[in-house]
Amino acid sequence: MDNYIYDMPKKSFISKGDYRDSVFLMRVNQECQKLDGVKACAVMMGTDANKDIAKDAWLYTDELANAGPNDIFIVIDAIDEAKCEAALAKAKDLLNEVDRGETAEEMSYRTLRTAIENEPDSNLVLISTPGEYAFTEALTALNNDKNVMIFSSDVPIDDELKLKQLGSKKGLLVMGPDCGTAIINGIGLGFSNIVKRGPIGIVGAAGTGIQEVTSLLDDVGISQAIGTGSHDLSEKIGGITMIDGIRMLGEDQETKVLVVISKPPSPAVTGKILEYLRKVGKPAVVNFIGGNVNDEGNIIGALTLEDAAKKALAIVTGAQPSATIFSKPREELEALITQETKRLSDKQKYVRGLFSGGTLCAEAQMLFRNMNRPVRSNVPLEKGLLIQASARGIGDTFIDMGTEEFVRGIPHPMIDFRFRNERIIRESQEDDVAVILLDIVLGLGANINPAGELADAVAKARVNGKSVIASVCGTERDPQSLHLQVSALEKLGVIILPSNAQAARLAALVASRGGVWGYLK
Amino acid sequence: MTTKLFKQDIKVINVGLASFYEDLKYQRARVTKVDWRPPAGGNLKLVQLLSKAESEEVANANKIAVRKIVTSSPKLIDIKKARDVIGVLRGNMTLLHSGPPIEWERMSGPTKGGVIGAAIFEGWASDAGQAEELAKSGQIRFETCHDNSAVGPMAGIISPSMSVYVVKNEENGNIAFSNLNEGVGRVLRYGAYDEEVQTRLKFMEDVLAPLLKAALIITGPLDLKNIMAQSLQMGDELHTRNVASSLLLLKELGPSMVNTDFSKSDISSSINFIVKNQLFFLNIAMAAGKSIMDAASGIRASSVITALTRNGTDFGVRVSALKDKWFTAPAPIPKTLFFPGYKEEDANPDIGDSAIMETNGFGAFASAASPAVVQVVGGDVKEALRNTIKMSEICLIKDKSFPIPQNNFEGIPRAIDLRRIIETGTAPIINTGVANKKPGMGTVGFGILDAPMGAFIRAFEEYASTL
Repeated sequence: MDNYIYDMPKKSFISKGDYRDSVFLMRVNQECQKLDGVKACAVMMGTDANKDIAKDAWLYTDELANAGPNDIFIVIDAIDEAKCEAALAKAKDLLNEVDRGETAEEMSYRTLRTAIENEPDSNLVLISTPGEYAFTEALTALNNDKNVMIFSSDVPIDDELKLKQLGSKKGLLVMGPDCGTAIINGIGLGFSNIVKRGPIGIVGAAGTGIQEVTSLLDDVGISQAIGTGSHDLSEKIGGITMIDGIRMLGEDQETKVLVVISKPPSPAVTGKILEYLRKVGKPAVVNFIGGNVNDEGNIIGALTLEDAAKKALAIVTGAQPSATIFSKPREELEALITQETKRLSDKQKYVRGLFSGGTLCAEAQMLFRNMNRPVRSNVPLEKGLLIQASARGIGDTFIDMGTEEFVRGIPHPMIDFRFRNERIIRESQEDDVAVILLDIVLGLGANINPAGELADAVAKARVNGKSVIASVCGTERDPQSLHLQVSALEKLGVIILPSNAQAARLAALVASRGGVWGYLK
Repeated sequence: MTTKLFKQDIKVINVGLASFYEDLKYQRARVTKVDWRPPAGGNLKLVQLLSKAESEEVANANKIAVRKIVTSSPKLIDIKKARDVIGVLRGNMTLLHSGPPIEWERMSGPTKGGVIGAAIFEGWASDAGQAEELAKSGQIRFETCHDNSAVGPMAGIISPSMSVYVVKNEENGNIAFSNLNEGVGRVLRYGAYDEEVQTRLKFMEDVLAPLLKAALIITGPLDLKNIMAQSLQMGDELHTRNVASSLLLLKELGPSMVNTDFSKSDISSSINFIVKNQLFFLNIAMAAGKSIMDAASGIRASSVITALTRNGTDFGVRVSALKDKWFTAPAPIPKTLFFPGYKEEDANPDIGDSAIMETNGFGAFASAASPAVVQVVGGDVKEALRNTIKMSEICLIKDKSFPIPQNNFEGIPRAIDLRRIIETGTAPIINTGVANKKPGMGTVGFGILDAPMGAFIRAFEEYASTL
């Protein structure tokens, strides 16, 4: 029996100059004891008395001689080497994990009121309660001079107006309601990407629009990305947040170039926004997702989100702003189109777009329209092209899967892929479908491994003879890491383009066997 | 429109989705989380009443109540026989008890034990059987301490010939009373009534009380606010821990005790009695608390809680606007650390007027000042701080007169707002002693509990109907 004890592998670790109270260490010890394969363990301060205890418990290693009263020692005795190593690693984690819990910031409060009282230097309140409660919380924040981002949707427009008027009067940002994305002082809020800081400032009424532009600008970096919420540019609100945002970026010395993103606002609001941009005077790239903006003075129009990013980048680097059709040379694309069309039968002529980002869906529809391919959608560009989200697709059909009917009771399609996967499989069984077009959004809040989620459905689509084309919106520093996701998706046979616009164009080229090249100049 | 935001480090408060909090942590941003839940647990009727109670009128009434509380200046001015200062005790065979009103049949073991002990002490009965007969037949009348400007810990039995502290709230002019603390173990307030208890009570009446009274005359009125604030800084929360306050009391009265005409052995036995009893100051603090809360009582439209108390059967609540009206719910059994030899089945439901300390912002509300107390039920320093912060969510102010060093010298949370209890669903936490449920036994441990929400909901519904 004694031999058995001696034979068991024992591993130790000493955390130098690391003092914790005994109750804390006992708790860690207790957790370690429960780990798989652990026979015995000791997590203690390295006092002589404790080392004696370890000796008596057959938990002494030579390394413990180096542990002093101000060092923590961990000794694990497990059934085999691997279990021992794993348990030791976990023990180290536990020491740090509970350690983080000891900072005052881990304290949670029951109400916003108390949180503000106890954290008076807080400056931004992020609200994602059910819509009916968001107004009260936002009002509390504003009354206490805090900026707010309201992720919650379904806030009555009159309440939104009250909040925005109050915020504007007090010089506070009111992002939202229904604001999914913002990056303030380099910190991503809501659904956002981790982007380098730099000279380009963004104000946008479109969540995935902001994500696409900021991700494409990761090389040069952004100063701020202000989300306004989806109703800000309505006649009723009149762009209060967008105009305040433009002024703030105008005054901000870090911001050299502005980018404004929105679905097309009404003419009155459009006029107001352009007027403020002229007043600010800094170069401003404007993308109204298909709404035409002419170059004039400091204002530069952009057809796509990618163009907005690239033109802003050109201004920063002193180059001539120009539109991007494709990043790769035409010959390479021709080869790609040939490769994909070879697999298609004559019947396969249409594109089915399944989007998780509403702005990306709208942009793809706009580009298709410009290629003379009107797209049916549950969120169409024109009323006549409306199709029920659940209905069978007709011709080119793009579905925005982030709308109310999809997210009732289940998470957003950027997080939960079940509906999109079902739909990919369904569309791949349609004889006339050539291409399945996807947007894959990475970043904070999004699914941690979209490629893994999509693998089965994409494989089935490929087996059914479909071409799968996608763009990935994200950065290297996102939790999912852009290049890892791109290479995983490419292994599945998905053609990945660097932007949503390019993916849409390629989809049209494949479905038309190169027939739409004439539109792409 | 200029913004400071871009020039500051961003510090976020996250209200809602936990994943957003985690994402901010992932980016190493400074972030605080609000554990958000729908107000009043989503109960629409209460939400409506709450919006009615969020009025200017209530805010103004509460300002008055807060002013009454923070400007109160309780002084210990005298020690007198209860019958000489509490009117109802002058009649035949009347006793005061803790908590809301209760009749003999529904009294818990410790209260019954206290009644028996007091009847024997007064000479109304010669043994337990006789005393019970008197109580059962209605010959002994029962009144609450609270209705008679008094408070008593645990069973809270005050009989006519017992001595009481007389505390005057000088700012407001009102007076409050409490009996003298007997120590722990087999004592009357925990329902013990045997020979040992009787002998101790007799010593307290014959020696201790007269000596303290004489010393107090020499020292002069004692500023209790001062002693309470000091002891808070010395690790007391003034409910279940009164170590520092009791010694500070002795510091004030000790030199005068020596200068009285009392015999050396009387002085020595009294000082011994005080230093052995780590709760000696509790009853004085309670009388101070009562004098403060009575000053804040009866303010029209004020939603400030003016009494939290228990009689071992029912938990009772009073709200300022509704003055003397009781709202009750069954008293819960505290989460208890038992003395060796006792277990769950021995514990009586919560009992005593001592929750007047919590009503005033001490006890569990001041946990951060006294982590040793939270440790009693397996908590740690962080939990002590959490309890204080949690209680600040249901209070109107943090009183700078009573700073807690361990909470960055923030004041104790005071002036409990009934609206906030309903809104957050957070009941006041109470630190407490725990009595044996059998009469005649005594203390079984120390514990902690949440006051029952039912009493607050009933109080709030009636309160809101008066607005």
